[in-house]
Formats: sequence, C-alpha cells, structure tokens
Amino acid sequence: MATVPLRDGLILSGVLFALGLVGLLVRRNMIFILMSIEVMLNASGLAFVVAGARWQQPDGQVVFLFILAMAAAEVSVGLALVLELYHQYKSLDVDAASRMKG
Amino acid sequence: MMIVFYLAGAVAIISTVMMLTRTNAVHALLYLIVSLLAVAVVFYTLGAPFVAALEVIIYAGAIMVLFVFVVMLLNLGEQVTQTERAWLHSSGWLGPAVLGGVLAAELIYVLVRGIRVDYPQAVVDPRQVGASLFGTYLVGVELASFLLLAGLVAAYHLGWRKAERSENR
Repeated sequence: MATVPLRDGLILSGVLFALGLVGLLVRRNMIFILMSIEVMLNASGLAFVVAGARWQQPDGQVVFLFILAMAAAEVSVGLALVLELYHQYKSLDVDAASRMKG
Repeated sequence: MMIVFYLAGAVAIISTVMMLTRTNAVHALLYLIVSLLAVAVVFYTLGAPFVAALEVIIYAGAIMVLFVFVVMLLNLGEQVTQTERAWLHSSGWLGPAVLGGVLAAELIYVLVRGIRVDYPQAVVDPRQVGASLFGTYLVGVELASFLLLAGLVAAYHLGWRKAERSENR
C-alpha cells in the first residue's frame, strides 16, 4: 500500500480547521456556528488519526473516539440551546442573545 | 491509495467551502454530510477502517440527523434565507476570512518546510483500537460516559423548561 505523507494529512486537517474557524467568525446564524464547530472538531480528530497512522499506534483512533463522544454531547446541548434561542427570540441570530439575563 | 486520499481531501475542502457559503441551512447540512463522508474516505486511506466506519455511522449518521431534525423543527422559511443572504453580502465576512486564510497559510508553510519522513503504512485494526481503548484509556471511557450523561441531562433540562413555560402562558 502506498503511503500518504504525514505532511499532506496534516495540511488537509489544518485547512479544514481554518475553514471551520472562518465559518465560526463569519456566520451569525446559530446553526451555522454549530456546524462550523463540528468541522473544527472533525479536523482536529483527523490530525489525531493521521498521527496515529504515522506511528501505527491505536492511540490516535482512541482519541478520535473521545472527540466523537464529546461532539455528540456538545451537539445535543447546542441544539437544545438553538431551540430555546429560537423560541425566545424568534430568530437564530446570535446577536439577539448577546445580553445576559435576556 | 494516494490518489484516493487527494481526491477525498479535495472533496472535503470544496464541500466545506460550499457549506460555509450557503444561505439555506438544509443545503449547507447536505454539503457538510458530503464533507464528513469524504473525511471518512480519508480515514480509510490512512489505514483506519474502524474510525472510518464510526465517522459514517455517528458523524454523518447520528449527529447530522440531529441537525436535520432541528432545522426541520424550526421550519425556517424563505425570509430567513433572505436575511442570511443580506448578512453574507455585507462586508463583514472579509476580515475573518483573510485572517483565517493567513493562519491556514502559516500552518501549511510550517508543514511544507518541515522534514519529510516516509514511513511504512499498516492498517491499525479495530482489535488494537479496542484493546487500547478498554485497557490504557479505560478512565477516559468512564469520563466520556460522564460527559454523555451530562449532555443528556442538560438537553433534557433545556427542553423541559420550555415545555413548562408554554404551559404557564
């Protein structure tokens, strides 16, 4: 099996992470912000798997499993907050909820 | 395998860019699913078939279905898409995009300038992953179960508060 260079895997991971970061900064819709966070988590997981493949250790995949569990918990809470935000402000604009205590 | 890796990586990057520039949430979700499936192919080419399967099942399956449910529950109409388009067309996106691009370029520069090491590639099979997960990382598994339980309770709590308020109204 031909080898994929460590460098190229990490570059892909870095580009995906930067795209997620840009999405997080640019978008104002709560759902898009959550999706950008998913992209960033996935990119960091990709970096772990690439490193695990480089040294042929299962540790990288194990850390990816933890990231997966964390992403699932984060998304469930985040989407519950999205529903709450929408019912309270009738909008998904995060700026609508920028003040504390409603 | 090399060409598959680069193709899947290109698909992942392009579909992520498409996701970020959509104004309709459902279209963006579909692009995000394509991106996650492409990353699953990348995992497979890296010799991690177990994680590739989990990426498809949990990320592209469970988590994205959750997103689709919420988007359909909110029932966003054409007006929201118009608002989104107005936000995107304002000059607000340029600064963050340039700064993020600079960070990505720096990262690529560092990686390209680094020493390139060739290494033999082998498949790390699920048996090894499982032995490591439930051996070395057993405490981590317990902590992850705490985290998932906390997420479950928090999501239930947020949903329950809303139901109670609408009853009082």
